[in-house]
Amino acid sequence: MNFALIGNPNCGKTTLFNQLTGSKQHVGNFPGVTVDKKEGKIRRQEDVTVVDLPGIYSLSPYTAEEIVTRDYLIKSHPDGIINIVDASNIERNLYLTLQLLDLEMPMIVALNMMDVVTANGGKIDIKGLEKKLGIPIIPISASRNQGVDDLIRRAVRMVRERQLPERRDFCSGDVHRAIHSTAHLIEEEARTHGVALKFASTKLVEGDEKMMNELEIQEAERDIIRHIVDDMEFHCGMDREAALADARYQYIEDLCSELVVKPHETRGQKRSVKIDRVLTHRIFAIPIFIGIMAFIFWITFGTVGATLSDWFSAGIDYLIGLADTGLQALQVNDALRSLLIDGVCSGVGSVLSFLPTIVLLFFLLSILEDSGYMARVAFVMDKLLRKIGLSGRSFVPMLIGFGCSVPAIMATRTLSSERDRRLTVLLVPFMSCSAKLPIYAMFTAAFFTEYRALVMISLYVFGILIGILCGFLMKKLMFAGEPVPFVMELPEYRMPAPQSVLLHMWEKAKAFMKKAFTVIFIATIVIWFLQSFDIRFNMVSDSRESMLADLGHLISPLLVPLGFGDWRAATALLTGFSAKEAVVSTFAVLLGAGNSSDLTVMLGDIFTPLTAYVFLVFCLLYTPCVAAIAAVKKELGGLRQAGGVVLFQTAVAWIAAFAVYRIGLLIL
Amino acid sequence: MTLDQLAIGREAEIIAVGGQGGLRRRLLDMGLTPRTKVKIRKVAPMGDPIELTLRGYELTLRLEDAKKIEIEEL
Repeated sequence: MNFALIGNPNCGKTTLFNQLTGSKQHVGNFPGVTVDKKEGKIRRQEDVTVVDLPGIYSLSPYTAEEIVTRDYLIKSHPDGIINIVDASNIERNLYLTLQLLDLEMPMIVALNMMDVVTANGGKIDIKGLEKKLGIPIIPISASRNQGVDDLIRRAVRMVRERQLPERRDFCSGDVHRAIHSTAHLIEEEARTHGVALKFASTKLVEGDEKMMNELEIQEAERDIIRHIVDDMEFHCGMDREAALADARYQYIEDLCSELVVKPHETRGQKRSVKIDRVLTHRIFAIPIFIGIMAFIFWITFGTVGATLSDWFSAGIDYLIGLADTGLQALQVNDALRSLLIDGVCSGVGSVLSFLPTIVLLFFLLSILEDSGYMARVAFVMDKLLRKIGLSGRSFVPMLIGFGCSVPAIMATRTLSSERDRRLTVLLVPFMSCSAKLPIYAMFTAAFFTEYRALVMISLYVFGILIGILCGFLMKKLMFAGEPVPFVMELPEYRMPAPQSVLLHMWEKAKAFMKKAFTVIFIATIVIWFLQSFDIRFNMVSDSRESMLADLGHLISPLLVPLGFGDWRAATALLTGFSAKEAVVSTFAVLLGAGNSSDLTVMLGDIFTPLTAYVFLVFCLLYTPCVAAIAAVKKELGGLRQAGGVVLFQTAVAWIAAFAVYRIGLLIL
Repeated sequence: MTLDQLAIGREAEIIAVGGQGGLRRRLLDMGLTPRTKVKIRKVAPMGDPIELTLRGYELTLRLEDAKKIEIEEL
C-alpha cells in the first residue's frame, strides 16, 4: 500500500512525514529533475509506504515541483492521498485540496495545527467539513505527534475498503456547465490515458496545454472545447484561468463562512510581526543579515570549525599513520602501499577533513531555514539578484560559496525553482572559495608584499564581477524565457524542531560521505597514478619525471598566451583539480623548495608580478575542484553537465586571464 | 489604480489580475482573485518587493508584478 503525502509548503508536511516514518526514509530524485523525493515505511505498518511530494500550492503545470507531483499522481497511481492542510491558513490550503479531489482517488485530509486554532478562539466544524468535501478529515498536531496514529488507522482503512471521495461539485453555473460539457466530449480519451475524467476536463477548461497534449485531443474536439470556453468566458465576464480560480476560492469562502470561525491573531503571528519589525527593518535589515552571515562564517570557517577540522584531520592522519606502519610491518609491496596511503587515504582523508565544516554549516543553515528567516533574506535581498535573473533566495548559497563551493552547491536544494537552482549552481564557483586562499597568500607574499590586501580584495571583486557578467549572459542565452515568478509566502517564525534540524544535517553529511568514497575516491587514485608513474609505468621517486609532469609539459603551450607557459605552473594547475590547496604543495615539490621562504624566491624564476597576478586570476576562475564537480554532477543531474561546467569555467578563466595579461602589458 | 501604488497599511479590493502564463497562474493560485481584500504590510529595505496580507497569510510580490493587479482602495 502506497500513499502520496501532499500539501502546501510550510504546512508541517516534513514534520508529519518524519512522524509517520520515524527516521526510516530514503531520499532520491525524481527521474530527470533534481526535486527531492523522500520515501519511507510507515511506523509499525511494514507494508505501507508513503512518498513525500514537493510542497505545492496548485496542480497547474508551471513549476518543476507542480509537474513532478502531477505526474506522480497521474502516472504512478498511489493507492491513496494524504493531504495535509494547515488549519490556521485553511482558505489557501483548501485550494489545493479541491484540485486533488478532482483526481477521484481515495483521499484523507490531515488537518494540522488544529491545536493552535482552538487555543486562539478559532473553531472548525470538522463533521460539517467532512460532509461538504466528501472525505474523512482528521485533526492532528504534527509537531506534538497528536492524532497521527488515528490518521494512519483511518488512511489504511480507507484504502482497504476502497473509499472514494463522495461526488461533490465545487463549481456552479457557467463554470460547472463548461466542465460538464467538456467531460462528455473527452470521456474516451481520459479513459484510454487513465486520467480521472473530472481532473482532465477541469484542466482542459482551465487552459492546460500539457493535459491537452497528454490526452492527444483531436483538432475537432479542441475546437468544440474552445467554443465551450469562449461561451463560459463571455458569461462569467472573466477569462478561463481567473474563472476557475475564482470559482474554487468562491466555494472555499462560502464553506468557510459557514463552518469556520477564524482565530484571532495568534501568539505566533504577533511574535512574527514583532520579529519582522527588527529583521526586515528599513535600515537595519541588511546590517543584521550581514552580521548573522558573518557569525556563521566565523563559526564554521573560523575558530570552532577550524578546531573541529584540525581534530578530525589529526584523527585521520593518525589512522593513516597506523595503517602505514601496519602495511610496512607486513612488508606489502611499495607501489600498493603508496597507492593505499599516498593515493587513497590522504586523498579521501583531505576531502573528509571538510566534513566537520560542512556539518556545522548545515546545522546553522537549517536553523535559519526552519525558523523562517531564509524567506526574509529572500525578501530583503531580492532586488540585488533580480538583475541577473535570479531571486533573493539564491543569495545565501552564493554567499556560502565564499567558504566552500561544495556546501554552497548542496544548499541550492532550498531553492524552490529548478531554473533558479541550475543558474545558481553555475554561478557559485565564481565566488572565490576559502581553499584558494593559500594560493593567494603564497603569491602575494612573493610578489605583492606591499599591496597584499588590495590584491586579495581585487581578486574577490573580480570573481563577483565575472560571475555577474556570466549571469547576464546565461540569462540571455541558456535560461531565456520566463523566469519563475517571485510570488512567495512569508511563513510565521517558528522554533526550529531539533529532530528536523538533525535529520537535515545527517542527510547532508551522508551525501558528502558518499561523494568522498565514490567520485573523489576514483579521482584521487587517478591523480596518484599520474603523479607516481612515468610514461613507461615505472614508479618514480621524483614527481618531475611523472606522467603528471608530462601532462604539464603537454598543456603548458596553452598557457603561453597568458604569460606563464612554464610546465610547473601547468602541473600545479592540474593538481589543483583535486583540491585548490594542492597548487601550493605542487609548486613546493616541483621547485624543490625546502621551506616557504625558499618557495617565495623560486617563484620569481617562473613569474613576473604581472604574470603572477594573471596566474591568480586563472586560479580564481578555472575549473572547480573534484568535490565541487561531484556536487555539481548531483545537482545538475549528469556527468555531461558537470563536464560542461569544467570546460565552461576553464574557458572563462582563460579568456579573463588573457584579457588581464594583455591589458597589463599595455599599462606596464 | 494598481497594487504597486497602494500605500503601506492601506487596504484594497482586487478588481482584476493581469499578466500572463506562469506568473498569472501563480497569482491566481495564491488567492489573488477578484473581490479579494488585500493589505500592504511592508516594503523591503531596497524599496522592492512588497509584503501583503490576504486570506489570513503573508505574501511577497515584486512591484512590477503588483503593477499587473488592478485594485480599488477601500
